[in-house]
Amino acid sequence: MVTASRALARIDSAARAAPGLLRRVFGVAEQTLDDLLDRLMGESFDERLQRVPMALGAAGVDPFGMDPQWAKYALTTIGLLHRRYFRTEVHGIENVPEGRILLVANHSGQVPIDGALIGASMFMDAEPPRIVRAMVEKWAVSLPFVSLLFARVGQVVGVQENAKRLLDQGEALLVFPEGAKGISKTFDKRYKLSEFGLGFMRLAIETGTPIVPVAVVGAEEQYVSIANVETLAKLLRMPAFPIIPQLLLPGGQLPLPTKYRIWFGEPMRFTGDPDDDDAVMDEKVWLVKQTIQSMLNRGLKERAHIFW
Amino acid sequence: MAAANATRASRGKRARAASPTPRAGAVLVTGVCGRLGKGLVRVLHRERRVVGVDRRAFADKPKDIEHAQVDLRRTKLKDVFRNNEIEAVVHLGVMHDPRASAADHHSWNVAGFSKLLEYVSQFHVPKLVVLSSANVYGPQPSNPQFLGEDAPLLGGQNFSDIRDLVEVDMLAQSFFWKLPETETVILRPVHILGRVHNAPSNFLRLNPILTVMGFDPMTQVVHQSDVVHAIDLALRPGIRGIFNLAGPEPVPLSTLIKILGRQRLSVPYSLARMALRRLWSLRLTTFPPPELDHIRFVCMVDDRRARQILGFTPGMSLEETVRSVDLGRW
Repeated sequence: MVTASRALARIDSAARAAPGLLRRVFGVAEQTLDDLLDRLMGESFDERLQRVPMALGAAGVDPFGMDPQWAKYALTTIGLLHRRYFRTEVHGIENVPEGRILLVANHSGQVPIDGALIGASMFMDAEPPRIVRAMVEKWAVSLPFVSLLFARVGQVVGVQENAKRLLDQGEALLVFPEGAKGISKTFDKRYKLSEFGLGFMRLAIETGTPIVPVAVVGAEEQYVSIANVETLAKLLRMPAFPIIPQLLLPGGQLPLPTKYRIWFGEPMRFTGDPDDDDAVMDEKVWLVKQTIQSMLNRGLKERAHIFW
Repeated sequence: MAAANATRASRGKRARAASPTPRAGAVLVTGVCGRLGKGLVRVLHRERRVVGVDRRAFADKPKDIEHAQVDLRRTKLKDVFRNNEIEAVVHLGVMHDPRASAADHHSWNVAGFSKLLEYVSQFHVPKLVVLSSANVYGPQPSNPQFLGEDAPLLGGQNFSDIRDLVEVDMLAQSFFWKLPETETVILRPVHILGRVHNAPSNFLRLNPILTVMGFDPMTQVVHQSDVVHAIDLALRPGIRGIFNLAGPEPVPLSTLIKILGRQRLSVPYSLARMALRRLWSLRLTTFPPPELDHIRFVCMVDDRRARQILGFTPGMSLEETVRSVDLGRW
């Protein structure tokens, strides 16, 4: 039994210690990726990373398991989408204050590319650069590799304790109060905010965190959903079951290359009792929702074309 | 090693400075013959009278320690309380042996502990320190990264064998309101490493170390001497309540393996569980299959209360703590 596991371990480590040629190929690939990322940002990743306010431990990871060296590769991929594919225009990022913030954005586009691009603009376009933390569903944490990747690139399990702790650490936290209902909107409801949850407001008041409203224009058209079959979604235990005709076309699986426009608004500060009635919270949440809606409306009006 | 000795020596001085006047009453330590118990009484007996209770014999005990070889469930335990003026009770005598039957576990851990509690209240012992474990929270995918002391104890949800440990913790908690004049302290340390023969230390002694493919959870560990230090701090008058204990900063499991320089064998979860179940039923392993969750999900604690109220800071660095599993096994 012991010898068998030793032998297995030997195979395992042999596979890990890739032969010279393979390693050289990896080395070249790594170098190319690094160059690509540096070109996308116009400066070296490590220099930029050094300006990010972070609480890293001795092992090079933060208490939530984020490892900036992993985040680098995620950022290269997202950076390509950000700069080349969606050619994101970022407005008002100078509004984002230092220290802890709650980024509150509209959620759209069937696939959460909007979150990734907000993260990319906060790292690539903001000064000082920030790494945005977001919350993930707990089922994602029980999936192999997914859980590892999410943790290493700074995503945390979506529970309130984690959110509070991140804000105490002075992080930038991204939330989508519309939730799954927002992202699976059908095309006829595009850019109309659905109902906002109240949790983010309680969190902001309790921790004294400024809220930065964010409007994302361009995500709604990346996948055109004509219907959401709720009975099927329930049957398959999925949050939504959108009908997206373009998926049937060759190459239609990729999102349409719309031009993204991300608007960062002025920070909003709220005070009061975090345990107030829902009715009181609703009023405050309504203010944030209205701000994002009017930012969306203005962004839509100023947009010359969906694709450029 | 020399550095470790130095820290230990300085800690001894620090503890002695904290309590200048030796008190008359004795500290009763259950489970004294375990490796942690021995470590604790070696620190305590320098400044206080110590009475050890264990059904095992205490072979190499220091001369000034009284040892009563008593089973906690026997009424003979009462004599120990009657014959000594007991000032504090430290309960370490929790059975963790995964091979013992469920009935044994329950009668030892729950019935034995209730007996002990009965005597604590009957003899008006002013202090009770119970060593529980962060395992009572249980590793779950929905865990917040740092569990506070008020988090629900879900450890038994997927791992029924540790329900009696949860019950011990709950019984001790009921003492907060049942007997408010006794200062009850519950310590919930994360994985204790050292010369102890507990699951996490044994796990890190494996070669190769098994990991689950695609998972590398953040983990907290604490050195056994730091746990002893925390118990010593908890014995100070005025301290009561529940305290999570954690050692050095959290790191990914893979970092622990790297520090030890061991080989690592990563296996898909379904395969690992199947193999472990088979090995367990053939009695070839001491790791119950549900313990695989510990190397998949986080079960980390928020130890701010221990740092602020107990005044606890771990004396051992991460390297010292992890490497201690390989130091002289006795």
